[in-house]
Amino acid sequence: MSAKKKENMFSRELISFIEKWRNKPGNLIMILHQVQEEFGYVSREAADQVAYMLDIPLAKIYGVLSFYHFFKTTKPGDHNIQVCLGTACYLKGGDMLVEELGSLLGIGLNEVTEDGRFSLEGVRCVGCCGLAPVLTVGKEVFGKVTKDQLPGIISKFS
Amino acid sequence: MNTVHMKINGKPVEIEAGSNILAAAKKANVNIPTLCYHPDLPAWAACGLCVVKQENSPKLLRACAAPVQENLSIITHDAELYQIRKTVIEMILSTHPNDCLMCARNGTCELQRFAAEFGVREQPYEVRLVDLPKDTSTTSIVLDPSKCIKCGRCVQVCQDMQGVFALEFIGRGDHTVVSPAADLPLNDSPCIKCGQCSAHCPVGAIYEKDEIGDFVRAVSNPELHVVTQIAPAVRVALGESFNLPAGTITTGKIYSALRRLGVAKVFDTNFSADLTIMEEGSELVKRLTTGKGAIPQITSCCPAWTDYMEKYYPDMIPNFSTAKSPMMMQGAITKTYYAEKANVDPATIYSVAIMPCTAKKYEIGRDDNMHASGFKDVDLVLTTREFARLIKASGIDFLTLEDEKADSPIGEYAGAGTIFGNTGGVMEAALRTAYNLMTGEDLKNVEIDAVRGMEGVRTGEVDIKGTTLKVAVAHGMANVSTLLEEVREAKANGDEPPYHFIEVMACRGGCVSGGGQPYATTDEVRAQRIAGLYTDDEQSEVRCSHQNPEIKQIYADYLGAPLSEKSHHLLHTTYTERPLYKH
Repeated sequence: MSAKKKENMFSRELISFIEKWRNKPGNLIMILHQVQEEFGYVSREAADQVAYMLDIPLAKIYGVLSFYHFFKTTKPGDHNIQVCLGTACYLKGGDMLVEELGSLLGIGLNEVTEDGRFSLEGVRCVGCCGLAPVLTVGKEVFGKVTKDQLPGIISKFS
Repeated sequence: MNTVHMKINGKPVEIEAGSNILAAAKKANVNIPTLCYHPDLPAWAACGLCVVKQENSPKLLRACAAPVQENLSIITHDAELYQIRKTVIEMILSTHPNDCLMCARNGTCELQRFAAEFGVREQPYEVRLVDLPKDTSTTSIVLDPSKCIKCGRCVQVCQDMQGVFALEFIGRGDHTVVSPAADLPLNDSPCIKCGQCSAHCPVGAIYEKDEIGDFVRAVSNPELHVVTQIAPAVRVALGESFNLPAGTITTGKIYSALRRLGVAKVFDTNFSADLTIMEEGSELVKRLTTGKGAIPQITSCCPAWTDYMEKYYPDMIPNFSTAKSPMMMQGAITKTYYAEKANVDPATIYSVAIMPCTAKKYEIGRDDNMHASGFKDVDLVLTTREFARLIKASGIDFLTLEDEKADSPIGEYAGAGTIFGNTGGVMEAALRTAYNLMTGEDLKNVEIDAVRGMEGVRTGEVDIKGTTLKVAVAHGMANVSTLLEEVREAKANGDEPPYHFIEVMACRGGCVSGGGQPYATTDEVRAQRIAGLYTDDEQSEVRCSHQNPEIKQIYADYLGAPLSEKSHHLLHTTYTERPLYKH
């Protein structure tokens, strides 16, 4: 249904993953997960590629991408900072961490710094409420974070 | 027929199994309010307005989605249901702007109607409006997300009925909008401008681009010579806007109204429907007899279908009839043949088409072929809905108008021309003339039942004195794929083509229920409008396009013969593959 692609932008692994999931129920979400895993987000080009490979209308793909908070359609920073704003973290001052990180990095929520190094996101419950307030940078988790620890955390990734 | 027996408010009702409670209520003379439900579409119980009670059960049912059952006893209206429905309306209104007086659907809005019927006088809930700009990117329709009530009709229409997939629910919860993928404007999406979304939208969230102002300016400009044409389907639907039953033929009153609006000449698209048949019929016979050109030949008069083909089936371009649509043919000969005959400078002609269709607004600017006369062949398209408003705003008492006749030399039509407005009609009209072209004789019975009806896809065989012509008809854009896949498969396998001639119309029922026709179109209304066109055909003195005296005249005086060089220049066009998404 979608426009033909001359070259496949996906890695061999991703292509074989898509082939494996092609006819299984729930395939689109699994495949989009894997695309995001490979690129850090689902670009328009990647969405076009999935549309072409699965013969699914692009509108359907964006329906799913925009429904789930997890999916990103814009490129995040090299280091994506996710501040938990679930109930426990919020009560423990998660929003204050967002505010402080924002002023330290000069960006707002869901924005990327000009040099592309950092992006800032609010997320719901990362599953370790005992460590509230929690933030993650990439795959690293920081618990019981206070405002004055933030410059240190940032410099660790700079 | 399998029937079930049930009760609606205590009244016994016998109804076909598989029906919904809405239909059962209708049988008991009860109307249940609905907003998301539309008889053209599968029920999906989004709005909650149609809740009813099941006797002896605490459960509320959605009448649109709940099937009838034996011994079911339903309460459709009581004090509690009244309150629930009123609350549903108030909650929808809390996210809906209340600028009704300036809305495209003022007076025809389904939400406004319910707010009035339920006497909503205050706003008990916090108001949370959507602040997003209108999408005015297409030449045909406007999307206003601030008015959207998320009923989903347009998405269902776009995806299920039309197979276009331009619109989808994007986002979730409060932030859901109906829009194309990737934040693209509608014009960069696969949208084919058929306007079925606008015809099904219950509120003012999607509507035709209103260009009445251009018309009014043109007729008041003394430098311009305004010439009009009306499409077949308009004449059997416009009356609904003046409380006439669907299917009432109002051709004579339309001609009269146009003259009162200040138009210099009143012509008829039906004339060019006959002209289309001469060209397209000759093209078909040429393809069949000379072996030149792809088989099957596929009709091309529907601009939404043409747009769809160029995006979804570009490999079918060789199969497409090169004949332009009747509207574009009429435009081209208006500014050449007519201008010459009437000694009018074509540069001063302003050519207006009254159409049942929003895609026609797009078609007039498709490409350079739409300037075959050296000028813009059609300057303006008004839909039937716009035309009805224009007549009312101009103070014309439509119902009491005397019937008038169209002007010469491009206003007369055969019955064949008028049935262009319904599914199967172009096929039937073409076969009437193809028979003559192939045998030199005229059909004794011009009514070809094999191609009539409302099934989404119809196939049949027509005998032309020993030659069997395999024909197929599809309407409702999503239905075309079954036919085209068959053609593709035969081609891939090197088999004989499964059909010789295929007619496609994007809208269910054909142009009679085009995206620009009066609101509240259902299959019942479609059937009435189609019956109106067949009646118009039956009442015509001349039934076949090639017998239309003005058609004979234009070929004798100007075009020479069908498929002549002049015909090719003015009446034929080309197609190009177009991307589904422009960016």
